[in-house]
Amino acid sequence: MGKVLTITSGKGGVGKTTTTANIGAALAGLGKKVVCIDADIGLRNLDLVLGLENRIVYDLVDVVEGRCRLRQAMIRDKRLPELYLIPAAQTRDKTAVSPSDMVEICDELRREFDWVLIDSPAGIERGFRNAIAPADEVVVVTNPEVSSVRDADRIIGLIEAEEKGPARLIINRLDPRMVRSGDMLSVEDVVELLAIELLGVIPEDESIVINTNRGMPVVLNPKSKAGQAFHNIARRLLGEKVPFMPIEEESGGLRKLLGRWLRGG
Amino acid sequence: MARSGIFEIKGIGDGLLVTVKSGAEWQAVHTALRNHFSERAAFFKGARVALDLGTMPLSAKELEALRADLERLGIELWAVEAESPKTVKAARALGLATRVPRPEPGKTKPRRAAQPLGEEAILVRGALRSGMRVEFAGHVVVLGNVHAGAEVVAGGNIIVWGRLRGLAHAGAWGNREAVVCALELSPTQLRIADVIAAPPAEQAAPQPEIASLKGNQVVAEPWDSSP
Repeated sequence: MGKVLTITSGKGGVGKTTTTANIGAALAGLGKKVVCIDADIGLRNLDLVLGLENRIVYDLVDVVEGRCRLRQAMIRDKRLPELYLIPAAQTRDKTAVSPSDMVEICDELRREFDWVLIDSPAGIERGFRNAIAPADEVVVVTNPEVSSVRDADRIIGLIEAEEKGPARLIINRLDPRMVRSGDMLSVEDVVELLAIELLGVIPEDESIVINTNRGMPVVLNPKSKAGQAFHNIARRLLGEKVPFMPIEEESGGLRKLLGRWLRGG
Repeated sequence: MARSGIFEIKGIGDGLLVTVKSGAEWQAVHTALRNHFSERAAFFKGARVALDLGTMPLSAKELEALRADLERLGIELWAVEAESPKTVKAARALGLATRVPRPEPGKTKPRRAAQPLGEEAILVRGALRSGMRVEFAGHVVVLGNVHAGAEVVAGGNIIVWGRLRGLAHAGAWGNREAVVCALELSPTQLRIADVIAAPPAEQAAPQPEIASLKGNQVVAEPWDSSP
C-alpha cells in the first residue's frame, strides 16, 4: 500500500509546487512509483513545473465528474518513467472536488503507487481541506520569513485539528548570507517557533528558477545544491537517516530580529 | 419550532438554530440531524444553520463530518456554540463562528459574561497555534506555548506554563484584579480588563513574569517566589 503525502503551506508563493515536483521526481529517481496530484483547481501550475502542460487531455475534475477513468487522466513523465501527474482543471474552482472525492481517488491510487503526492493550494478553505483529507503524512513548506512562518503555524494547527499530524517541516529559500548578517530567520529560529520536526532545508538557488521555467525539476540537475537538498528529503521520507547539509548560520543581530517580530505582530 | 427527542430547531434572525439536548450521544444526534434535514431537503436547501452543543466535547473530525453531510444537502453550517473548550477549539479550527446572536432582547447577553466569576478554570494542554482562540469565563491555564497569532481570553487569570507570544486578555469582563503570568512573557499584546498594553520592544533574557494592573498601566514583574 502506498503513502499519501500532502504538501501544503498556508501562504502562497513559498514553493509548494516546486517542492511537490522535486520530491516526486526524486522519489521516482530512487525507483519508487509516484503520482503527483495538482489539487490547486483553477490555478494549476504543477504541469508547468514538470513540463507536461502540452500533454494534458483530462484532469482531476474530469475524473471526479466521471468523464474519464483515473488512468486516462494520468500523464507519464518522459524523463522518469515511474513519475505520473494528475493535473488540476484550469477552468473550474475548488468546489468542483470534495474531500471525500479526494479520499476515494487516493484509495484507488494507493493500491498501484508507492507514493501519492498532493500539491495543496494556498489558503485554509475548501482547497486545503480537499488536499488534506486523504493524507497519511503532511509536509508544511515555509520560507524563513515572518509572515510565511505565521501562516505555517496556523496551518499546522489545522492539520492537528484534522488529526492528520504531526506535520513535518521544509524550510525553503534559506539564504545563509542573510542569516549570517542577522536579516533572515535561521533554521533554529523557525524550528523553535513552529515546534515541529524538520524534514529538510532548501537553500536559495537560482537554478530553481531556471529549471522551473524550463519545466525540469531541479533534482534532475546534479550540480544544483537545491536539487541535492530535495534528494535528501526524498531519502528521509523513505526512512533513511540523511545528515543535514551544512548551512552556515548563527549571528548576533538575529535575536533583535526575532524580538522585533514577536512584539511587532 | 421543530422538536425531536435529542434536538430542537428554531428560526433565529440569521437562519436556523439547532439546540442539542444535554446528555445526548453525538452519533445519534448526527444521524438524527442528517435524517431530519434530508427528509425535508427541498425545504431546507440554502439554509444557514448554527449549532448549540452545550457541554458536548467534539473533535474537528466529528464537526467536519456533519458539515460535509449538511453541505451535500445544500445547507451551510456556519456556527457552533459550545461550552466545551474542545468543541470550541475544533469549531475555530474549522473556521466556524462560535457565537450566535439571539433575537430575543434580554436573552442576547453573552451567557458566559453574565456568570459571576468563580474559581473555575480550564486546562489547555499543548501549544496554541496561530489562529486558535481559547475563551473562558473563569481562569485559563495553558500547559504549553501560546504562539504569536493565538488568543487567550479569560474572565479571571491567565497562567501559561510556557512561552506566551500571542494575545492574552485577562479579566476580560471587567475584573481589574486579574493577572497574566508566563514562564516567558513576550505577548504580542496584553490586556487586563479594559487596559491594553503592547510590551516594550527590548526585553532582557526571558524569565517567569507576572503582569497586573497598577492604576491604569499593565506592569510586568519578575516572578518572586519568596513571599
